Amino acid sequence: MSDLPTSARAVVIGAGIVGNSISYHLSELGWRDLVLLDKGPFPNPGGSTGHASNFIFPVDHSKEMTALTLDSMRQYQDLDVFTESGGIEVARTEQRMQELHRRMSSAHAWGIDRVSMVTPAEIKQMVPFIDETILLGGFSSPGVGVVDSLRAGTIMRERAVAAGALTISANTEVLGVDVERGRVRRVRTTRGDIETEVVVVACGVWSPAIAQMAGALIPLTPAVHQMIDIGPVPRFASSTRHIEYPIVRDMDTFMYERQDGIGLEIGSYAHRPILHDPEEIPSIEQAALSPTELPFTQADFDKQMEDALELMPEIVGDESVGVKYAINGLLSLTPDGMPLLGETHEVRGLWSCAAVWVKEGPGIAKAVAEWMTHGESEIDLHSSDIARFWDHQKTRAHVRARTSEGFNKTYGIIHPSEQWASNRDVRLPPFHARQRELDAVFFEAAGWERPHWYESNAPLLEEYADRINQREAEWDARWWSPIINAEHLAMRDRAGMVDLSAFTIFDVAGPGALEAVQGVAVRQMDVPVGRVVYTPVLTPGGGFKADLTIMRLDDELFRVVTGGAHGPADRKWFADRLPQDGSAQIADLTSAWTTLGLWGPRARDILGSVTRDDVSHEGFRFGSCRTIEIDTLRVLASRISYVGDLGWELYVPIEQGQKLWDVIAEAGRPHGLAPVGIGVYGTTGRLEKCYRAYGFELESEYNVCEAGMAGPKVKDEDFVGKQAHLRHRDEQPAAIMCTLTVDDHTSASGVKRYMLGREPIQTRDGQPLTDSRGRRSYVTSAGAGPSVGKHLLMAYLPPEQAQVGAELAVEYLNERYPVTVAVAGSTPIFDPDNERIRS
Amino acid sequence: MNILVCAKRVPMTGGTIVLTEDEQSIQTRHLGFTISPHEECGVEEAVRLIEANGGESVVLALGPSEAEEQLRDAMALGVDRAILLETADEVDGQATAAAIVAAIEAERAAGVEFDLIFFGNESADSGNYQVGIRVAHALGRPCVTGVKGITVQDGRARCEQETASGRDVYDVPLPAVITVKEGLNLPRYPSVPGRLRAKRKPLAASAPERRDAGVEKLRLRLPPGQGKQAEILGHGPEAAPAVVEVLRRAGLVT
Repeated sequence: MSDLPTSARAVVIGAGIVGNSISYHLSELGWRDLVLLDKGPFPNPGGSTGHASNFIFPVDHSKEMTALTLDSMRQYQDLDVFTESGGIEVARTEQRMQELHRRMSSAHAWGIDRVSMVTPAEIKQMVPFIDETILLGGFSSPGVGVVDSLRAGTIMRERAVAAGALTISANTEVLGVDVERGRVRRVRTTRGDIETEVVVVACGVWSPAIAQMAGALIPLTPAVHQMIDIGPVPRFASSTRHIEYPIVRDMDTFMYERQDGIGLEIGSYAHRPILHDPEEIPSIEQAALSPTELPFTQADFDKQMEDALELMPEIVGDESVGVKYAINGLLSLTPDGMPLLGETHEVRGLWSCAAVWVKEGPGIAKAVAEWMTHGESEIDLHSSDIARFWDHQKTRAHVRARTSEGFNKTYGIIHPSEQWASNRDVRLPPFHARQRELDAVFFEAAGWERPHWYESNAPLLEEYADRINQREAEWDARWWSPIINAEHLAMRDRAGMVDLSAFTIFDVAGPGALEAVQGVAVRQMDVPVGRVVYTPVLTPGGGFKADLTIMRLDDELFRVVTGGAHGPADRKWFADRLPQDGSAQIADLTSAWTTLGLWGPRARDILGSVTRDDVSHEGFRFGSCRTIEIDTLRVLASRISYVGDLGWELYVPIEQGQKLWDVIAEAGRPHGLAPVGIGVYGTTGRLEKCYRAYGFELESEYNVCEAGMAGPKVKDEDFVGKQAHLRHRDEQPAAIMCTLTVDDHTSASGVKRYMLGREPIQTRDGQPLTDSRGRRSYVTSAGAGPSVGKHLLMAYLPPEQAQVGAELAVEYLNERYPVTVAVAGSTPIFDPDNERIRS
Repeated sequence: MNILVCAKRVPMTGGTIVLTEDEQSIQTRHLGFTISPHEECGVEEAVRLIEANGGESVVLALGPSEAEEQLRDAMALGVDRAILLETADEVDGQATAAAIVAAIEAERAAGVEFDLIFFGNESADSGNYQVGIRVAHALGRPCVTGVKGITVQDGRARCEQETASGRDVYDVPLPAVITVKEGLNLPRYPSVPGRLRAKRKPLAASAPERRDAGVEKLRLRLPPGQGKQAEILGHGPEAAPAVVEVLRRAGLVT
């Protein structure tokens, strides 16, 4: 073993699949003087990679996770460590059958066509030792396979060493990570110190402990996944390959069974959540097996043995087949189930590449290496960005609460709108007491409790009975209410008030403030004081990093307002690009200001009745903001709209929020003002106006021209992504954002169905639509358009299909429904000339 | 024929044994539990003898309530029922033997006579080599220790003991007490049906009468040599001569 260098360009800590892969990908991208450390020996230092089941099912409902998994599979295949076995997810219940149909549609949406639904008899053909009589059917994925993750890691590590880019050091424990002025400076180890400005924490279940050394938080918890290996199985005795039968996921029991040589491995996500603390994990010396293979707790597995016996009686019920290996294997769980990637909020140069499983490891490593090199990755990682967490979401108690709740959802049926039950009521807006009085149904956003609709608005259902449809299927109606549509219509007819407390608000201030926002925003920011600018924020490659509004409050003061969920990442994006000379600073005011939206044809009448300031169309133009007096409050009013009606966002210091609510509610009473939930603000109102939302329509994989958001001209000043944006303007867009209407909702069984989003868009005869950049067309957002009387879908379509009137189809739960393109581009389907907003 | 196997719940240790701060026991925070390899062979032998001859096998453990786990493990392998003598504290060999004798006498009172009583030669943790002999003495039965081969025929047990110079064979009349050693047989793995059956097999738990200990534990001390690092002899083909030299020194090659 060579001596450790005293300095390095980057130090990667952890030599599991992730650390090895990222070392390799950094070296491929030209990084040199890399060091890879692990406290354990090579090739298996004792982390979760060493006991991983190593199988890969590519289809996930998450587009991001599917893309990362598919890229990983390609890498494993290139390394020649992938064995295709096929895999079947089997259903014992009707609910699961519907879920598997949904899997089919997700597969098609993400471009995986080699999948099919199979009957119990067909399952029996493929897996002769299964009792198919207890099954209703299955989802077969022939591309499923098993990898040798230790071998893959070894090959990648050795390639990086052979390239002269990497020094490796096993049995080297990290003692400290030194930080100076917010930036990583060195890593202290049992073999000496290494000066470095970049550290990658790829330590799996130990990552929080390593990050803590630098003062950063990586919110994951080590958790137990139980597995046993039984054998020798007589049927497998003559196997010539490691795996010859498809892997079976027994979804309803949260278990899987797979051949492993002459044995059968049985794994479970069904037992009670068993969480550990990183500090509690035994050392290599103390561990009976490895540090992440903890003693098996039999009682937690009793029920699972019965379930396995029921499914595979021939093997599991064989008295000659013994339980040869049984562990409580440790893996990483996060509060929302997604990985933790990117530079940490707390420390510059400290990168997290944690909570990554074998199936997505190499793909994630490649993407993070790209991000470290180019400032962005080919695959959009926004759902995995560690910057997505607010402070309270990084606490041990929150992580444990959410992972305890989430563990049994690993194989669960998760509705797209499903809400967490644990650790709620953390961030309460000042309106909360009033909202409770109004029987608000709360959804969580970034820890905020936000009314999604108000049960007190139920009487509106009667008023709009002829314009509101119920949803017949329980799945479509779950986490939904027709009251949302009634609130929408009341807002369009009269006025609605919306709690927007979840906004992330931060000020960019100082002599360099203009330069700071100018360099990030696509739109011209050198505007008169009192203007509000809605602008895309781009990645270097010209994809979407964010979309947000910026108010110029003074010559040297800009207030940025963005969504709650992506707020921390957006704030970091601005903070990372402030002028080097310190001439601009960022102050987060999210917890200082609250926001109440007031929109609808009566909005001016209502606001005018409680202020002496001029709120006329001429006196308070669209796209402007200024402080007005409302009753006894000084309120920053901003005349913009995300729902397509006349109105304002009203900002007050948070402790005065309830007063503002009361004043507006009282003033609105004679005008029929209704409180309106996020169901209207985020979906129905937005979709009728064809407004795009970050994380749905807007991702780094799409550009401004494709989204139909290019301005008439490009500002002279430089901004991130400008060169790419100019190039995109010269090209024909590969896809165009469209709004489609559903022509017929009736399913084969005669039930009216309503798409929820993320479904594939196809030709009427079921052919997938793929644009010239290889991207499938899928529904980015779906929801009702109560004012236009249609169910609306948004999707990027190839130019040939992006024509008004084009007849296409949407696949929902594995059935096709006819749809028609209503809008190609950004013209709203409701009030196309924006007369309401500008009235 | 009826057979009793006595087994003790002991920590399944890793490479390095860590003591608790008070040096009174092994730090078991990260450890699983098992029975000693000797006792595993005792369980296997009992199951095989009952399978061959009919009758009932019983497993007995003295220890904390968690020892139920080890009793269920034994029943998963085929033992018919279990007796748990629950004690909160560690009990010395003398008191353990007395408690076991009392349990055996209670079984006799209920009409169960054990033809064979198996112990491990010594427990994997404290290794006192006491209990089997004390129980045999108290019951007035013959006792053979360190046994690695057993044949039962016509009311007698032929017991083989490995010695430095070969094998000693003892032929004893039943009922008898035999302490066995690893190597007696190759224990089976539990099957899943076996595990499921074990959950439903009877387990009688009771608290034995407290007796004064004959042995007082002052503290534990780790033997020297703990935590010794592996020595790297070399890498690749160049390491071969060094390996040969090690084998030569060990007398394995000449």
